[in-house]
Amino acid sequence: MIRFWRTALLILRKDVTIEVKSREVLYTTLFFAVSAILIFSFGLVKEGQAPPDAAAAILWIAIAFAGTLALGRTFERERYGETLRALLLAPGPRPALYVGKLLGMLALLGIAELLLVPLIAFLFQAALISRPLLLFALLAGGTTGFCAVGTLFAAMLVRVRSRDVLLPIVLYPITIPVIIAGVRGTAALLAAPPDEATAVMWIGILLAFDTVFVTLSLWTFEPLMIE
Amino acid sequence: MTDDFDCVALTDVSRHFGRRRALSHVTLSARAGEIVGLLGPNGAGKSTLIAVLATLMAPTTGEVRYGDLTYSVARGFRRSSLVRQRIGLLAHEPHLYPELSARQNLEFFARLYGLDPRTTVEPALEAAGLRDRADDEVSGFSRGMRQRLALERALLHGPRLVLLDEPFTGLDDRAVVRVSDRLRHLSGSRAIVVLATHDLELADGLVTHVAVLQQGRLVSDEPASRGLREKYRSFMSRT
Repeated sequence: MIRFWRTALLILRKDVTIEVKSREVLYTTLFFAVSAILIFSFGLVKEGQAPPDAAAAILWIAIAFAGTLALGRTFERERYGETLRALLLAPGPRPALYVGKLLGMLALLGIAELLLVPLIAFLFQAALISRPLLLFALLAGGTTGFCAVGTLFAAMLVRVRSRDVLLPIVLYPITIPVIIAGVRGTAALLAAPPDEATAVMWIGILLAFDTVFVTLSLWTFEPLMIE
Repeated sequence: MTDDFDCVALTDVSRHFGRRRALSHVTLSARAGEIVGLLGPNGAGKSTLIAVLATLMAPTTGEVRYGDLTYSVARGFRRSSLVRQRIGLLAHEPHLYPELSARQNLEFFARLYGLDPRTTVEPALEAAGLRDRADDEVSGFSRGMRQRLALERALLHGPRLVLLDEPFTGLDDRAVVRVSDRLRHLSGSRAIVVLATHDLELADGLVTHVAVLQQGRLVSDEPASRGLREKYRSFMSRT
């Protein structure tokens, strides 16, 4: 178990070192997410009023689209120089490679969400931060479920020529329940008064999704990655 | 049962991609101290064989034995991490991160193999002849420098089985001599070296055993002798 986490953290540390040097994935992801939110705000907000629940939907659309972009880029790094093969050949447990990449994606989307939540709260006049712990739980649960499946698919598609097209096609049908749970839970928090019981119910559902997705991904990663 | 081994053996190994047979009933073995030259035209199955030996590709049928440990579809490979600890692979691509420096690359892979970077990285940089460029990003390196670094990365953990897929591609004469000398040294230190190459002149005098693949089949497996190019040409014209 120690070796597993040591390997996962090594992969995470390596990705962070490369990202700090290149800032390629972080800047692309943030630029894309902020642009999407600005476009939605110009289109939907009239006289300072946004349609009900729009903020919740747009937050999760931005997370899903920016996450898809980041997922593709994070494994592109392992394609160049075929470093993925070197990682698979290393003696550590192969699912640790998946966990390291998953942690990197969670950190990246976590940073994006730190920017997106106040931006959406401001542009859509949404009380997103009124229940910070519940919002954090919703974001953590939804992001984990989305990234758990996305990291597995991005790894599987790394050698496929049309991976940029295929990733959203295979990813969205499976992660739609996670996005819906995130949207409904966030919308419950934005209701007046906030519906905490409904938000907690959606958090529970997200945790169930996360458990299933992470377990299945850990179980299938090695057989799927061996050619 | 031990995690080290002094012999690797493929028994009746086949690997299919759909209807295409990349390897077909290959039986081959190599012992410590041998340099096995894998020869054959493009698409003969050399890279597939290297990937199977590296545990990066599962054989469709047959089994691969690393000493006491067996890898097959039927039995699976529960202790593959023990074998992977003893395998070093240098393939077409360098398996290096271009955004990281030579030192950072070696440190990362040393840690990945549970080694202490303080004792392993400097000798590897020395062996690659890259001490003065250790902190430069790999993206600025020439093909030869990358290949030398990639070789040292592959050998960082002192592997028993060294798999090389076209290691001489794009190297200048000096680098070729350097890599060849390194392979002889590995053979002298009882490593099992499997070298897939098209360069018969380089293989001549370097390899101790020659295995020829054609369309996924092993068509020749014999001890090496001088005049490899002529023998290979005459062999391929007959088959």
